[in-house]
Amino acid sequence: MKSLSRLMAIMRKEVRQMRRDRLTFAMIFGMPLMQILLFGYAINMDVRNLTTAVADESNTHLSREFVARLEQTQVTKIRYRVNTAAELEELMRAGEISVGVAIPKDFDRRVIDDNRTAVHILVDGSDPTIGGIVDALRNMPLAFDTTPVQQKHDLIEVRPYYNPERRTPINVIPGLMGVILTMTMMLFTAVSIVRERERGNLELLINTPVSSAELMIGKVMPYIAIGLVQLALIVWAGDLLFDVPVRGSIIDLYVAASLFIAANLALGLFISTAVKTQFQAMQMTFFLIMPSILLSGFVFPFEGMPVVAQYLGEALPITHFIRLTRGIMLREAGLVELSGALIYLGTFSIITITAATLRFSKRLD
Amino acid sequence: MNEQLAIRARGLTKQFGDLRAVNHLDLDVPRASIYGFLGPNGSGKSTTIRLLCGLLTPTEGGANVLGIEIPRDSKLLKPNIGYMTQKFSLFGDMTVLENLQFMSEIYSYPKGERASRIDELLWKYDLTQQRDQFADTMSGGQRQPLALASAVLHKPELLLLDEPTSAVDPQSRRDFWANLFRLAEAGTTILVSTHYMDEAERCHRLAILDHGTKVADGTPRDLQNNTGMTIIEVLANDPYRAQVVIDEIPVVASVTQLGVRLRVLVPDTVDDALDIVTKALDRKNVRAEVHTAEATLEDVFVAVTMKPEQLAA
Repeated sequence: MKSLSRLMAIMRKEVRQMRRDRLTFAMIFGMPLMQILLFGYAINMDVRNLTTAVADESNTHLSREFVARLEQTQVTKIRYRVNTAAELEELMRAGEISVGVAIPKDFDRRVIDDNRTAVHILVDGSDPTIGGIVDALRNMPLAFDTTPVQQKHDLIEVRPYYNPERRTPINVIPGLMGVILTMTMMLFTAVSIVRERERGNLELLINTPVSSAELMIGKVMPYIAIGLVQLALIVWAGDLLFDVPVRGSIIDLYVAASLFIAANLALGLFISTAVKTQFQAMQMTFFLIMPSILLSGFVFPFEGMPVVAQYLGEALPITHFIRLTRGIMLREAGLVELSGALIYLGTFSIITITAATLRFSKRLD
Repeated sequence: MNEQLAIRARGLTKQFGDLRAVNHLDLDVPRASIYGFLGPNGSGKSTTIRLLCGLLTPTEGGANVLGIEIPRDSKLLKPNIGYMTQKFSLFGDMTVLENLQFMSEIYSYPKGERASRIDELLWKYDLTQQRDQFADTMSGGQRQPLALASAVLHKPELLLLDEPTSAVDPQSRRDFWANLFRLAEAGTTILVSTHYMDEAERCHRLAILDHGTKVADGTPRDLQNNTGMTIIEVLANDPYRAQVVIDEIPVVASVTQLGVRLRVLVPDTVDDALDIVTKALDRKNVRAEVHTAEATLEDVFVAVTMKPEQLAA
């Protein structure tokens, strides 16, 4: 009973202080909205409008038609027309173009000859995503008046389930939820204890009957509610702006998110008990945010990573959360099917908050 | 355990690396009294207070505080003590009222009586006007009563105050001490550290700390009567010259200038101290009025914190 009173006191105090901290309060709503706009519009895996230069040394009816078709694909946007292939290389080295198209003098003859390539396309390999277009360009159908196109029969038919139009936001938003929640939640609690230490409040608090566990739980609880508000905001904006569906149960999504939020808050608290200043707390948080973005399967497919990186990724709560959100939102999966990730998040939260409580000593030495 | 003692410490020691912050401290603090720790910065006052409330673990020794063994059971002690940190430690982004409400909840003060207890404190500590003011925006003199009100809200038996008046103007200090006397009369034991002599003088009992060691303790009067020194006051037109002359007298333990006056401490083992000083000044033709005086706490402090080689001189 007394313990509950103390827990409530800590929670009320946290909410009160957070409400008064205008910047933090603005961040609660501003950060998810800004991130979703930023990532939702900017991250686009479809490569389009690459700046291109053409060196058409042939300059025949056929070569001009080829260039016109190249432009129609919208993959390339022709900026420069030069005379020689050497000039293409110069432009690429200077970073002026991403793609160079060299059409040799004997283009017409090469087209007819089955044993020779007709066109050379130079692609800037220093940009990893641009490399991906090589295939798209190579398979560009060249249907010329002179050569009737022979429609090849496909042996394999690929059907992209759950995202048939292959729209990037559908892949990005469920993962972005995890990234946004990681950033805000972990930071909130990472600075919370160390801030009270810096301000001197902690020496007062640890001399009251409040226990370490009450202090830790009291600090975590209000933020779970805030995390869920952020989640609602992301789901709403994702639906409104990018038409990202929640195909499974929205309640499942909130349950999964609650555990994930708890895991991040607990991790933040653990950081807070380990560091001496707010600055260190922030550095530690960013130290964990980078792998959360890179190793979680948010950007790169998890299966493609080296085994060590996969182990590291598996340890991060966000990896499991992204599996949950993609499952629930896109594949209409239920929590039972995704129980592995759920159990990991629950266990992670309990272990981490226990560790933080044990680390936090009600003493000064 | 003596029922009359609120604190009984034996051999209390705290070592920080190479520094011995508190050195084998024995302490007997009677109940319902104001007990002062007097000492310069770094003498171990704060560390001792922190040891006594269980914030620090002693390297050696221990204490019995309110019948509770420290450091073993310090958790049991928390509800019964009020602690005022040296640095203001309430929440700056909360109002006076909110801070007091928070403390009442943290100490699980009976729910029905919280509001009336807070009103009573606001009135007693003259905070009614500042009720809705953020603690951050208050002056040092206004924060002091708030910190004290928070520390006594749950009616603790023992109050530990770590240099409570170091950032406060004289009028606020007087008010603050009036409050302490009121609390002590009502039965609260108060342990207060200070480096002000006038504050030390107001304590019922006093321990003087120097480099972590207790060099003297007793009532202020006892301490003043037992300095082991003859106090000689010298009024000179040229106090600087007088000081130079007196400094050269071998038996003189210490000379302190206070405006035009010099306070000269001579061990009371020297019988004719007054005579020696007068003659020395005469020989150098320094005109001065010389007489013995009552020891003040300042003299006590100078006498007991003197290094052994100075005493030997």
